[in-house]
Amino acid sequence: MMAERSFDRRKLIRLGAAATGAALLSGCDRLFDNPAFRGTLEEAEDLHRVTQRILGGQALAREFAEADMSPVFRANGSKSVADAIYRAHLAQGFAHWSLRVDGLVERPLDLPLVALKQMTQRRQITRHDCVEGWSAIGQWRGPRLEQVLALARPRPQARYVVLHCADLYHGKPYYESIDMIDARHPQTILAWEMNGKPLEEAHGAPLRLRVERQLGYKQAKFISRIELRASLAGLYGGKGGYWEDNGAYAWYAGI
Amino acid sequence: MSDIPVHDPDPHPALRGGDVVRRHRLSTRLWHWTNAVTLLVMVMSGLMIFNAHPMLYWGEYGANYDRPWLKIGSARVGASEFGYVQIGTRRFDTTGTLGLWQNADGQTQRRAFPGWATIPSRYSLAAARIWHLAFAWVLAGGLALYLLWSLVNGHLRRDIHITRTEWSPRHLWQEVRDHARLRFPAGAAALRYNALQKIAYALVLFGLLPLMILTGLAMSPGTDAWFPLAGELFGGRQSARSVHFLGMAALIGFFVVHIAMVVLAGPFNEVRSMITGRYRLPKERG
Repeated sequence: MMAERSFDRRKLIRLGAAATGAALLSGCDRLFDNPAFRGTLEEAEDLHRVTQRILGGQALAREFAEADMSPVFRANGSKSVADAIYRAHLAQGFAHWSLRVDGLVERPLDLPLVALKQMTQRRQITRHDCVEGWSAIGQWRGPRLEQVLALARPRPQARYVVLHCADLYHGKPYYESIDMIDARHPQTILAWEMNGKPLEEAHGAPLRLRVERQLGYKQAKFISRIELRASLAGLYGGKGGYWEDNGAYAWYAGI
Repeated sequence: MSDIPVHDPDPHPALRGGDVVRRHRLSTRLWHWTNAVTLLVMVMSGLMIFNAHPMLYWGEYGANYDRPWLKIGSARVGASEFGYVQIGTRRFDTTGTLGLWQNADGQTQRRAFPGWATIPSRYSLAAARIWHLAFAWVLAGGLALYLLWSLVNGHLRRDIHITRTEWSPRHLWQEVRDHARLRFPAGAAALRYNALQKIAYALVLFGLLPLMILTGLAMSPGTDAWFPLAGELFGGRQSARSVHFLGMAALIGFFVVHIAMVVLAGPFNEVRSMITGRYRLPKERG
């Protein structure tokens, strides 16, 4: 039989509880400051992307009926744009506004809003999921991003589609990016209409991205320019988006 | 020192109170401590994620203009400010703990869950998501491996399986009475999980943990595209988020009872048995 060792159990338990408490309170924060540890946790993003792509393929996001729509669709992020040129376009109903498509393309384009409206349109009622946890269901209409890209003819080196936005968020230009897989997804559209009406300023007039299988911060508003790139390095913070650069949010926002 | 390997929990006539036996298998011990750390990280980082939008809804959608069934917030009445938890239309004052509290530097914070309960301790949704979504793999992978291994080595059949006699109301009532009077089995009988214990473990293994994984998946817009059933099962993404939160509360409930039972049953012996596997059988009452 095992010899009973004499232990001051109470002391041991108290010591253990104190150590556990202290370790928990500051330990996790300090552990997270360790680049190797944090890097390991952040590796999970690749796992998420690869798993979702393998299991999901080109699956479509769920679409809903009109009866399922949110009574009020919450606007988030920048709700207005200070830029003088933008405000002039807004005052003119974007009649003289055009979307710039450039970067790694054979044929850089300036597409007026009316040209975008004349292309084949897709209408979809989808759920917008914010990273914070809330959701809203709305109806969107616009041409597929793939159609717009096809007009510009992407070069083979093009791997990312960068959406440059007209707004500054906390003083910095908002932008987002997706890869060619999501860019070519059937539900990825450049929406100019929401709930049957032209996009309001708060929701990103004149044009916003809908990339339905990702979270809200990827749905770039006030799009002014689409740039195709081989890499995201060298662009702003280099992580492919405003929140990726300024908040350590994941670039792949499918979960 | 002669440890007697006991992998068959049937009462062993040779064993008496005071004997030290090998109790928990390595797979059980490894999973237990991995899970202990993982659940702690999941709960604390999850509470921080909740802080980003401290409201819960039923249905597919839900945001600031919609009516939450649960909300944690703060409000000002005249000169005084208070924190509250609102369930339906009823508000409960939780100043100091939820909704309105002071951080370690004595500054007033208006967030749902306080810094001592969250990872990280300072508000950061992005960091909490990095923790939560990485450890989700550990939780799901660990559970899958453990269940598979426990099926192979017979742990589920021998130790968790609830027999017909144990299901009888008379037996269950007797166990409830024994628990209420803090009468725990002694000698070799202490090696068996009692029915209440088995029910609790089975509920966590086959109920709560899979529920947490499923409701977690249901909140992912990517998963929702190829596995819409996850969300539809619960009546929508916001319902899944609510169930995820309630499941977390149930797991904390399990944790509290679990710790209480460990303390009542002899914390040193119980913790040692989960670390080294060695367990000293409780002595029969004289």
